[in-house]
Amino acid sequence: MKKNNLLKTTPQIGESQIDLLRRLSDSVAVSGDEGAVRKIVLEEVKDVADELKIDALGNVLVTRKSRQKNALRVMVAAHMDEVGFMLVNDDGDGLFSFEIVGGIDNRQLVGKPVLVGKDGVPGIIGAKPIHLADADELKKPIPVENLKIDIGPGNSKKVKVGDRGTFATRFFQNGPSMFGKALDDRLGVATLIEYVKHPPENVDLLAAFTVQEEIGARGAKVAGFALDPDVAFVIESTPANDLPTWDDEENFRYNVHLGAGPAIYRLDAGTLSDPRLINLLVETAELLEIPYQFRQPGKGGTDAGAIHKNRAGIPSVSISVPGRYAHTAVLIAHLEDWKNSVALVHAAIQRIERGLLSEER
Amino acid sequence: MKTLIKKLVETVGPSGYETRIREVVRAEVEKLADEISTDAMGNLIVRKGKKTKNGLKIMLAAHIDEIGVMVTHVDKNGFARFTTIGGVRPHTCYGSRVRFLNGAAGVIGGERLDNQANVHSFENMFIDVGATSPQDSPVKIGDVAAFDRPFEDLGDRLISKAMDDRVCVAVLIETLRNIKSSINELYFVFSTQEEVGTRGATTAAFGIDPDVGIAVDVTGTGDTPRGAVMDVKLGAGPAIKIKDSGMLADPNLVNALVNCAQKNKIPYQREVLLGGSTDARAMQITRAGMPAGCVSVPTRYIHSPSEMVDFHDVENAVLLLTAFLSEAIVL
Repeated sequence: MKKNNLLKTTPQIGESQIDLLRRLSDSVAVSGDEGAVRKIVLEEVKDVADELKIDALGNVLVTRKSRQKNALRVMVAAHMDEVGFMLVNDDGDGLFSFEIVGGIDNRQLVGKPVLVGKDGVPGIIGAKPIHLADADELKKPIPVENLKIDIGPGNSKKVKVGDRGTFATRFFQNGPSMFGKALDDRLGVATLIEYVKHPPENVDLLAAFTVQEEIGARGAKVAGFALDPDVAFVIESTPANDLPTWDDEENFRYNVHLGAGPAIYRLDAGTLSDPRLINLLVETAELLEIPYQFRQPGKGGTDAGAIHKNRAGIPSVSISVPGRYAHTAVLIAHLEDWKNSVALVHAAIQRIERGLLSEER
Repeated sequence: MKTLIKKLVETVGPSGYETRIREVVRAEVEKLADEISTDAMGNLIVRKGKKTKNGLKIMLAAHIDEIGVMVTHVDKNGFARFTTIGGVRPHTCYGSRVRFLNGAAGVIGGERLDNQANVHSFENMFIDVGATSPQDSPVKIGDVAAFDRPFEDLGDRLISKAMDDRVCVAVLIETLRNIKSSINELYFVFSTQEEVGTRGATTAAFGIDPDVGIAVDVTGTGDTPRGAVMDVKLGAGPAIKIKDSGMLADPNLVNALVNCAQKNKIPYQREVLLGGSTDARAMQITRAGMPAGCVSVPTRYIHSPSEMVDFHDVENAVLLLTAFLSEAIVL
């Protein structure tokens, strides 16, 4: 397909898409309790879906059929869940012991406002004031066992043990940047909603809004099995560790850079991306002059880790919108990186032909 | 067979990038196969024979991938930082040569250590490809390399990088060559991505859906000075795995292999491996599960650039598998 035609059909990100991202990011949907985000997803896609299913684990699986016969079945996954906490004991007086759900550095917890339970009851992870802390205490991170979520005396009835919660940060924009608590991976969810609304017409689009990614890609595993696609793309957010180093040495462990475009994965702890799909993305980016970068190969994982090992194997690749300060109370992403990610993956899917898979990996 | 082993071990093919080694294997097996295919993960699947009344559908797996490294960043002076593919150990890295898929070569160097007795961590090592800037470097982020060390024939003993698992790839190729007829339907799978978690065998086993799974892989030994406590040594025959840290071999399959070795007067050893696993782990828990086991070639210095095997063990592994697969297997 010609460059102009590709770009013409790419979903556009404007005010209403950003507003949707805001609602998604501000919703609380900790792994295993994704209802709040699922509700928004269903509202957005129900009128355009050719098939719509909520599976046993809570994944939302949406199909948009191609007008072509025997079209390739292309799965695109984005996870609805986010990292957070679970209340594990009512200690009385509005105080709750809690556990971390997913990966949060416990140094990020102290003193943070949170929202817990179905109704989003506000609380705080209390910190011992500096006046009362001795010198030794100040040097050490506080283990999560020694922290409490405090929702204030008299409020204990509003939440119960087993309820989940997360940071209370509200979405905002500043210059080229977007700030939010759950842009990992609501950026992916918002992208996928746009794809369902404006599907590439050459393929059967199999959109998987997955659950429980942050605790081991559990939703994607069963979604990949059920959808049984020919290829899979995973849209994620990966940490940008791109600050200057303290000693002015070259930073060679940045993972990705903000503003440098969508990050294509080659290797993480769960997946060696299919080289055919990597090439497709790179060629598409270069054809359309969309900036892109490679995520530094290394640790971490995405839904692709679970999807690609399904059945007799599913060629898979992940693409991330870079985000600074992932898995803390606030993540910063660039609007341009998001727009470019939306355009790149959509255009790449439009350029997919069956011949791509007849070459051997 | 030594020529074949040399050809296999000296080919570059880290996990996920097995195209070249797959072509080397394909050239060897093409004429021997009843059917040959490659799946989504790049596994090369060779069928030999058709299931008969008393026969079984058997999947054999030897992995064609090897451990290696991938470039994460080329710095302003041309030094390439890297991450590992599979179980590379830091103490085998400093001073090692690596060979990239594009042919570029390099040596692994390290930042100055405050204490020379320490081992470099991966974070403070780099690959020096002789470049002075990212612009004149023959490698870039995402490029893949394997350790580079020539095959050495000591007579009875052989040394090379990637004996794990190319020596067993050679065993499977020779076994395929030797089997004239079988009542079993045999799938020789030259599997991918074993070193990163038996991923190729996972999908190959699903696709083939066999009755029995047998991995052919290397295993450690306990026969070096103050080595690991392990009752496997070089030269005492192929090892029949009882267990490793990822799989309990099917006891009936173990017995059948032992009986076959005894009947044919092939030396063998019983193997209990405390750390590590093989493609048999993936096969065993595929779909509704299957009896699985492993025939191992004892190997010293596994996951170093110089792995050592005994050639008689290799030959006996071929004899054992040939005898075992040719006949009816009762489990």
